[in-house]
Order: sequence, then structure tokens, then C-alpha cells
Amino acid sequence: MPNPTATTLPDARGRFGAYGGAFVPETLVGALRELAQAYDDARRDPAFQRELDRTLADFVGRPTPLCFAPRLTELAASRSKTGGAAQIWLKREDLCHTGAHKINNTMGQALLAKRMGRTRIIAETGAGQHGVASATAASRMGLSCDVYMGSEDARRQRLNVVRMRLMGARVIEVDSGSRTLKDATNEAMRDWMGSSDTTLYIIGSVVGPHPFPMIVRDFQSVIGREAREQCLREWNALPDCVVACVGGGSNAAGIFHPFAQDEGVALVGVEAGGRSTNAGDHAAPLAFGSPGVLHGSMSYVLQDEHGQTADVHSCSAGLDYPGVGPEHAYWKDAGRVRYTHVGDDAALDAFVAMSETEGIIPALETSHALAHAIDLAATMQPDQRVLVNLSGRGDKDVDEAARLLEARQKPAQ
Amino acid sequence: MTRIDDAFTDVRAARAAGRAPSRGVLAPFVVAGRPSLAALPDMLVAMERAGAGIVEIGIPFSDPIADGPVIAGAMHKALLDGVTPHTALEAIGAARDRVKMGLVAMVSVSIVQRLGAAAFCRECAAAGLDGVIFPDAPLEEAPRFTEPAREAGLDAVLLVAPSSPPERAAEIASMCSGFVYMLARAGLTGEREGAPDAAALRERVHAARAASGLPVACGFGISRPEHVRAILRQADADAAIVGSALVRRIEDGIGRGEDGAHAASAFVAELAAGLD
Repeated sequence: MPNPTATTLPDARGRFGAYGGAFVPETLVGALRELAQAYDDARRDPAFQRELDRTLADFVGRPTPLCFAPRLTELAASRSKTGGAAQIWLKREDLCHTGAHKINNTMGQALLAKRMGRTRIIAETGAGQHGVASATAASRMGLSCDVYMGSEDARRQRLNVVRMRLMGARVIEVDSGSRTLKDATNEAMRDWMGSSDTTLYIIGSVVGPHPFPMIVRDFQSVIGREAREQCLREWNALPDCVVACVGGGSNAAGIFHPFAQDEGVALVGVEAGGRSTNAGDHAAPLAFGSPGVLHGSMSYVLQDEHGQTADVHSCSAGLDYPGVGPEHAYWKDAGRVRYTHVGDDAALDAFVAMSETEGIIPALETSHALAHAIDLAATMQPDQRVLVNLSGRGDKDVDEAARLLEARQKPAQ
Repeated sequence: MTRIDDAFTDVRAARAAGRAPSRGVLAPFVVAGRPSLAALPDMLVAMERAGAGIVEIGIPFSDPIADGPVIAGAMHKALLDGVTPHTALEAIGAARDRVKMGLVAMVSVSIVQRLGAAAFCRECAAAGLDGVIFPDAPLEEAPRFTEPAREAGLDAVLLVAPSSPPERAAEIASMCSGFVYMLARAGLTGEREGAPDAAALRERVHAARAASGLPVACGFGISRPEHVRAILRQADADAAIVGSALVRRIEDGIGRGEDGAHAASAFVAELAAGLD
């Protein structure tokens, strides 16, 4: 078994054990190598790190708080057989500028784009959070920005389309395939194949060909580094368990990675269980998929028996993706992270519970992690602590949540 | 001698004699299942008669990132019709004995990986294919695909890009068998207004031929007889590959209710004028 606590991954070929790599047309190899080299230079450059830190502090609003959730903990206790539950603590990424963790990565990559002399960035987006974070970074740094978004997602997330356009980004609606995140990703890769001389593709999650999974993980690891310090300062201890939702897996990788060597800290990733465990009804490749190649890397993927990408479903557009980052595949096989899944209904319940008990409307993505954290805390002791990555706020989801809640109240036809 | 070698017999003889070949090879690309798998044999026969030397048959894939909208769209429609790698290979098998020319599949490694490289390559060989092009297998990942192909008796073709540095381009070329696929441009498959920069390509074509000892086929952005001529004469390639422009004509033909064979052969004949 590979060493699950290795911090030297990925290797020079971009592999996390058997996963990762760069399965891309030769046309992209030069651009990926240039990016890997530029990133390697940047991360060794104290001036780059200072500029990034300052941007994260002044503009993004870091560090984000570590916050106890007393009434959510009470709710968990009320569901416990013993009447007690582990304390639920929140890492408040919802308080980042633009409302989600995505901006940690886009500010880092946009700084990298400037350092590489690029004048334009492109991005794919599903729910629109990464698109908004990319548009924000571009506006702040004077880069032009095109965001690819499936036309189905653009319809569902109209508010974020408006936000992107307000900040000067062009939103290009994608009508191919399923008209969602995977198709937007295809289009962004296609754009980059012809534009890499002027353009950096800022991928939104820990997916895609090397070096993207590494770069995005590193920029998102600020979440886990801060959280780990805050835990030690606040409790003089580490959490017993860290829980995060997993679509592509960037918020999870960001909070897990700095805890990966802490053997006493259990790490739990929560995928989107959707409507059912039937193919096409969920978006949980780690639970129901198998190793394969999608968007340039080897990882768990939802494909049919012929290698075609499968349909996926989740109530949350940000988790509605048939692949997952290769490092998660590695952590799964190595047994370092336990992955589970939570369905639409349970996520919606947690969305309501969080709003009612803590005065925080969470993103539907994050609600999957919260649902599992409540259940988990109910099986633990009151002197234990569960840390949840509250990866984003739910303003973008209120229309969709209202629609789902209303549908629930109607008797089945 | 394989059928792919046969296609390049005259080219090789001329090169061996130190002459430029009097006539290069035309290698059209079609998407399996457009307009239908049943139409494939007739379409291949018609294209061979019209002057095709090798035909590349694209196995439809849901997420073909190197393909532009024309080919990606045609693949999407084929998938909606239920085309799978297995049914595509069956159709190729049914067509095999009706044509003499070389037939190669172009297939995403996502599909090959799912089906298992060894099993997939054996299935290709059983269908009578002569080779497989792996468009999204870069050098570092290539052996896991090229070796099973060779074990199955197939040629394995990789792509060299304009951005590939010389040493890397030579290494890729030397891993190919049958022929080397040289991209005439950066970016995606698709038609372009201007001819590719054939003069700039010439040096790379020569380097790839020297590194591999194989014929070099150029594709991407070649859509007219004069492009074919430029690729063969100015760039001194051995074959010209035409994909999107042909697929678009087949799709247009389908829109008019045709079976594809007519549109394909008419356009191949038009392009073949660029061979002389």
C-alpha cells in the first residue's frame, strides 16, 4: 500500500499512485509543462507568496473564522442514542469574498497568469461560483476573462451569470452534450488548446491534467493550514474528524491535505448521492464509479461500460460532475480518507437545519457535508470535535431550495 | 506488408530513390455511425474509388476535447443513435472485405482504458483494422496503449504537435508505427480559411520522417484541394488528412436526407485533385 501520508505527491509525472497524470492531446502538453514550471518557480519565490498572502488577507478576507455551531450540535445530540454528540465546528469559507472557497484558487492562479505574462484567463463553471471567483480575480488584476458555462446551468444559476457579467467577464453558454459542467470543461480545454500563448486556463477544482490537481490543491490548502492552527490555538488539540463535500473535490482537498499526516484525525469526504444509487441518479464516482480517464487524468469516474461519460444528477450544480480529483482516488484506495454519499433529500434537510439553528444559509453543496456531520456527531462523544468545511454560502441556492421544498410539500401525484 | 504500407508504396519508392513522390496519399476521416453504421461499407467503397488511400474512422466519444464543433457534434449524434465501440467495430468488420485500403480507428484513451487496451486492440484487429490512432495519449502515457496495439498486430499512431519541441517530436515519431500523425496547426480539428503554413511545417515533417523512418501524415485545418497540395508539395508530407471539412459535408448530406456515400465520395474526389 502506498504511504497515505506522503507529502511529496504528485510525482514528477503528476501521479498520485496510480492516479492523475496528463492524458491530453499533444497540443496541450507544452502549455501544461510551461504552467508546471511557472508554478514551481512561483512557489519558491517569497515575493509571489507575499503577494498571494496579502491578496488573500486584504481582498479575500482571510483568515476565515473557526466557529462553533452550538445549536447544530444540540440538534445532533437530540438525535443521538446517548443524548450527547460531538461538537460541530465550522471553517467559515462562506465568509470569503464572493461567498465560497473558490476564490482562494482563482486569486492564486490569476497571480500566476500575470507572472506568466498572460493577459486573459478562461474558466469553466457549473454553479457559477468558480466563474464568479474567476471574474472577480480577472477584474481585480486587469485580465480579460471568458467563462464557459453549460446553457442548462446558466439558466439555473442566472444570478451568477449576472454577477460575472457585471465584473466584465464574458459568459459563453455551452450547448453541447449535457449542457452542464463537464461540457463547459470540454469547451474551456478546447479554447486553451488554441489560446495558451495569451491565456491561462484556471480550472476550478482539483481535476484535469497535471499540474492542475496539484496547483488547485496547494492554493486551497490555505483552508486546512489555517484550520489546523486555529484548532491548536482554540482547543490545544486537533479535531477528531474533518468533513467536507466532494464534487471535483477542491474544498475537501484544501482542508484535508494539511491534516493528511495527522493520524488521529479522521477525514471524511461526502459525495452527492442524488435521487438514488441507480446510474444517472447521483454524482458519486468514488462510491459507484471505477478508475478511468476523464478530462485528462486517471481517477474514479462515472462512465458506462463503453467508456462514455455517464449522466449525473445532484440537486447541487457544484457537485454535478462525473469525475473527481485524482488525489481523492489515491486517498480512497490508501484508506486515508473515508468517502460516503448523501442524497438530495438529506442535503436539503441539512440546508434547512443549518439555516434554522445557526443563522447560516449554506450552499447546497456544503449541505451534503453538514448532513453527514450531524449524523456522525450523533455517534460520537461530547468531548470530541467534528470540523466541517463550510465551503460556501447558499444565497445562490435559495430559489432552487425554495422550489425543492415546495415540491416536497405537495402530495405525490 | 500491411495495407498501410501498401498505401505508401509509391511514396516510399520515390523517397528511397531520392525523389519527391509524384502523388501523395489522401486520408479522409469519418465518424463511425454517421449517417448510420449500416451506411459505412458503401461509404468506404465510394471513398476508395474517389481516391482515398487510408480512411480514419473516429469512434464516437462523449467528450472529445481535441475536436471542434463539427466532429464533436457528429459524435454526439452517433451516440444518441446508440453507436458503441463494439457496434462501430462490427460495422468496420462488415466493410473490411469490400475495400483494399488501410483502415485505422481514431479513439480516445478514455474508451480504450475502460474497455482494456489489450482487449480493445484485439477487437480492432479482429474487425480488420490496420491501426489505431490515440489522439489523447501523450508520450508519457503512450506505451500502455501502443504496446497492446502492436501485440495485436496493429500499427499505433501518435500525434506530434507544432508545439512539441524537436527532441520530443522525434521521440513521439519513433514510437509510432505505420505513419506519424503531424498536426498542421495548433488547436482543434476544424476548417480554416487560410492554408496551413506549409513552409514552417516542412522542417518538422522532415525531422519526423528521419526520426521514425515512417511516412508522415498531416492533418487539422485541411479542407480544400489546394491545402492538400500545399501539405504534400510545400510541406513535403506523405499524406494529407481531412476530417472536419468532410464530416461537415456528410452532415450536410444527412440534412438533405442522403446516405453519406455520395457526399463523402464527391468531396474526396474534389480533394484528390490536390494529390497531383
